[in-house]
Amino acid sequence: MAFFEWDGASTPAFVGLDNFRTIFGDPVFFSALFNNIKWTVIFLTIPIAMGLGAGSLLLVARRGRTFFQVVYFLPVIIATVVVARVWQGMIYNPESGLVGWFKFYGITLADPLTQPPTALYAVASVDLWHWWGFLAVIFFAAYRQVDSAQIEAAVIDGASFFQLMRYVLIPAIRPTITLMIIMTIIWSFLAFDFVYVLTQGGPAYASEVLSTLSYRYAFYNYTMGPAAAVALVISFFGLIATFFYVRIQQREGVQ
Amino acid sequence: MNQTLGRGTIFISYFILAVAAVIALFPPSLMVISSLKKSTEIVANPLALPSALQWNNFSRAWTDAQLGRSLLNSTETTGLAVILICSTCSLAAYALAQRTGPGLRWISAYLLGTTTLPIQLYLFPLYFGFAHLGLIDNVFALSFVYAAVFSPFAIFLLRTYFLAIPKELEEAAVIDGANRWQIFYNVLLPLVSPGILTVALISGLNIWNEFLISSTFLQSHDQQTAVVRFYTLGGQYSSDWGEIMAAAILIVAPAVGLFLLMQRRFIQGMAAGSVKG
Repeated sequence: MAFFEWDGASTPAFVGLDNFRTIFGDPVFFSALFNNIKWTVIFLTIPIAMGLGAGSLLLVARRGRTFFQVVYFLPVIIATVVVARVWQGMIYNPESGLVGWFKFYGITLADPLTQPPTALYAVASVDLWHWWGFLAVIFFAAYRQVDSAQIEAAVIDGASFFQLMRYVLIPAIRPTITLMIIMTIIWSFLAFDFVYVLTQGGPAYASEVLSTLSYRYAFYNYTMGPAAAVALVISFFGLIATFFYVRIQQREGVQ
Repeated sequence: MNQTLGRGTIFISYFILAVAAVIALFPPSLMVISSLKKSTEIVANPLALPSALQWNNFSRAWTDAQLGRSLLNSTETTGLAVILICSTCSLAAYALAQRTGPGLRWISAYLLGTTTLPIQLYLFPLYFGFAHLGLIDNVFALSFVYAAVFSPFAIFLLRTYFLAIPKELEEAAVIDGANRWQIFYNVLLPLVSPGILTVALISGLNIWNEFLISSTFLQSHDQQTAVVRFYTLGGQYSSDWGEIMAAAILIVAPAVGLFLLMQRRFIQGMAAGSVKG
């Protein structure tokens, strides 16, 4: 597909690398790629840090653990389209949302989704809210597998909470963290739903990512070739991440 | 650990956990509160409680969005897909857990690889293939797409359940004269049934919530799933947030209800399969 010219109806014609020339000549392609890289950096840092932190706090908080886990996991359960609409209407909307509520205090804010500098971050915040609870629950499950004698010993030796995390907990669950890092990279390049529902890549392509660009090529412009070429670029990043994952697993299997 | 950590640490931990819980619950609470308010009330003050409970938001959402019809579509496509996934993937997982040959490693690698590929890679050709066959707007045809998409996850998860069964059990069954099908159906399947339930819940939830594939393959209003219908609803009645939030609750309720009933299994399954919802 990536090497053919096709509008979805007529007979596809072989065009070699023309589709790749098309996408590499499209400035939106590079801004979308850069947005994916920004997205990856955001999701590799903030939710993983939040998850590691909340997971360890759950270890401390013995009572109410189940309650907190259920609450943190609830956003993961809600459909992405619904989450997106709730944020769009009830939080970001300057008329009906939280952003509009600030006007009672004389602060007039614009909808962050409609401002090119903030659009991508506004979308990423919604996905962050939707997503971090998953990591918190996963990391908590991993922490629970850590030998409790090790933790007790560190606490008796006078380790502070942060020392405990730095020297005992995080090293002990390194395989889980590695897996989540790899998965985060893969998912960051696949990110679609929130961008599509909240901004459709706009305003002026400010929040366009590769997956929405691919969709735009296919179903707005009816150019299947460039759409497939963009999808192949996304796959390329996914396969690199998978390759590293398999390599890491093999190395750990040998040890 | 509580005995050795200071009271201060424990107090701060609970405080931070509570703040995080408030952040997690704030948008859903707004959704519930707004679903019971008039749209003029929402605009007047988004955070205020409703002056009178507007239950008619729900009835209007139900009729305007034809939610009954679209929830039925969601149920049909999710139901068939879950049946397909559970039946085919338990067989595939059994095979992959059985013999350890070089070919099976490649199959596993292939399945792992497919999970990293973007849907866009095969969505467009598949769409035109389906259009050619007249299967657009067919909720049952869509189930087959979902079954294919969620198979790798289901196979990997079920394989771990099959691997956990001791070999002796199967050998004993062979000695008793059971053939392979009998072993699978009468001996192993009951043992992996918790795994099958987990797969059914996780894939069911993801299919219920799925947007990109269903919005591409189902286009007429009558055939859309609830999530896709909800998406178009936002475009049509963009000012009536009370009604939109009421519709949101009706769509989310089955998933959240099931989650609250079986939260342990959901969390374990998501953790084991590492699928992003």
